[in-house]
Amino acid sequence: MTVAPTNLRLSTQVHGNETLVTLKGDWTTQDDLGIPAVTETLFDRSELRMISFDSSRLGRWDCSLLIYLSAVHNAAAPRSIRFDDSGIPIAAKRLLALLPQQAVALAAPARPPILVERFGLWVIAQWAEVAAVTELVGGQILQTGNALIGRAKMRRADFVGCMYDAGIAALPMVALVNVLVGAILAFVGAIELRRFGADIYIANLVGLAEVREMAAVMTAIVMSGRTGGAYAAEIASMQGSNELDALRVLGIPLQEYLVLPRVMALTLMTPILYLYGSAIGILGGFAVAVSMLNISPELFMAQTRSAVTMHEVAFGLIKSIAFGTLIALAGCRIGLRAGRSTTDVGHAATSAVVVSIIGIITLDAVFAVCANALDL
Amino acid sequence: MQVQGLAIGYGDQHIQHDVSFNVERGSIFAIMGPSGCGKSTLLKALIGLLRPSAGAVRFGARDYWALDQGQRDDFGRSFGVLFQGGALWSSMTAAENVALPLQMFTRLDVSALDSLVQLKLSLVGLDSDRGSMPADLSGGMRQRVGLARALALDPQILFLDEPSAGLDPIAAKRFDDLMLQLRDGFGVTVVMVSHELPSLFGICDDGVFLDAATHTAIAHGAPGVLRDSSTHPTVRAFMQRDRSAANEALA
Repeated sequence: MTVAPTNLRLSTQVHGNETLVTLKGDWTTQDDLGIPAVTETLFDRSELRMISFDSSRLGRWDCSLLIYLSAVHNAAAPRSIRFDDSGIPIAAKRLLALLPQQAVALAAPARPPILVERFGLWVIAQWAEVAAVTELVGGQILQTGNALIGRAKMRRADFVGCMYDAGIAALPMVALVNVLVGAILAFVGAIELRRFGADIYIANLVGLAEVREMAAVMTAIVMSGRTGGAYAAEIASMQGSNELDALRVLGIPLQEYLVLPRVMALTLMTPILYLYGSAIGILGGFAVAVSMLNISPELFMAQTRSAVTMHEVAFGLIKSIAFGTLIALAGCRIGLRAGRSTTDVGHAATSAVVVSIIGIITLDAVFAVCANALDL
Repeated sequence: MQVQGLAIGYGDQHIQHDVSFNVERGSIFAIMGPSGCGKSTLLKALIGLLRPSAGAVRFGARDYWALDQGQRDDFGRSFGVLFQGGALWSSMTAAENVALPLQMFTRLDVSALDSLVQLKLSLVGLDSDRGSMPADLSGGMRQRVGLARALALDPQILFLDEPSAGLDPIAAKRFDDLMLQLRDGFGVTVVMVSHELPSLFGICDDGVFLDAATHTAIAHGAPGVLRDSSTHPTVRAFMQRDRSAANEALA
């Protein structure tokens, strides 16, 4: 008989063509001893025919013992060495019986696509997305017509709820952002204009900047974070909880039932918020001009009226309508194409905000170029 | 585990009161009752998610709710919990779901951890699905991954909330057999919330029956015993549903 080197949890003894593994002490995953590895030395004798176990000195055990026994079993089988389980605890024997006799072969991982393939797949995916967005936009145009004659498959309560969320509920945030933007414009302008004794043109600067650009863009950015992200998250959660499937099987068109009230509400509410934001922004500039630059209130208002024409207001209104529609469409589309996990909900909300902000800035640039070309 | 005079509820809403029972080590204990009677709420009080308004939950000599939060967290690691529907973390694969508790609370090296995860998934018959995301698994498979995760830290007590809900009869029977094998193998104590009669009669050694009308426990005992000998009309109606259906069919 020979006795092999031992470790804290086991020792091995060789009896002729049999190896006896003595299991000792506690075998738990919570301790720091680790799980003994099954090494080739256990099987390196050509006359070895059987491995047996002695668990009389075994203390508490859990899955770490099963892992060791399973590894010995799986290593012994291809060598035609008998795995004698008579010496292991009965409970461990039962649990070992639950395990597959051979390690389950996993499917080979799929070959990652090469660069050209990836580019091709990306182009196909983008093309499909363009088609889906086109269908969504076209559908919304047709369904808005249905809605105007009261034939759209959407609930009035949903539409009113969306109007409230995208309108009254957004007033405080729109007001805060625009009043600060107006005040900042007045401060920045004052520094330069005072050098030329042109303090009064603060009114022109604030009025034009707010009405033509800042109120529309800042309101849209606020709405993309506040409402566009919420639309995407809400619809993505409905995807995860099979609510969209429940609507589909009832034959309720998602575009009309879910998307249309949101698009209509945001398209109607954003220009109203823009007008409100413009007025509040000018008020912010007014407060700074009157309190810090000693410009009389009457003079500021008269100067503002002369600088801001209805053309400017109409330009801002048209932009805000486009921004509102863009935010709602982006939020709904991204929500509809989201996956079913909770992570997908977060991704959808983030994507909706990012896409909306990029879209707003891009659209604003397009408007600026068009206005320049048309001399508006 | 001893539950003594437990009262549970949400705010002013009382769900159950004066609930007392003992759970023997190595037994499979059922918390039974009709829908809405507070079975899952009671389970929450047992696993530390809802502080009871009165009473005690004792594990040996320790009063669980008298421990401070840190001690409760430590002690809670001897619990394994299978939530309704599995409650898998949807951004992780099946294997990652099982691995997370091991990564957090053991010092196993990567290969040992991987072996352990493989073993746990093998025990529930899902070794080949370890790379699958929860969204790609069936309801029964999600339940089994949830069970593998509950077993990750080799718990002394396994709490199961409606483990057979939504499973077909064959899958439910397999799940029941698995519970028996795990109980016999690991010697784990199982506390399960269920109103699936075949499971209750098939694997439970003892139980408590909660009543939705009186908001308290109205019967104690093994489900089979309650079916055959309980005189309480609610318990009899619940436990003898199958017989009632058979009698109606015969009539």
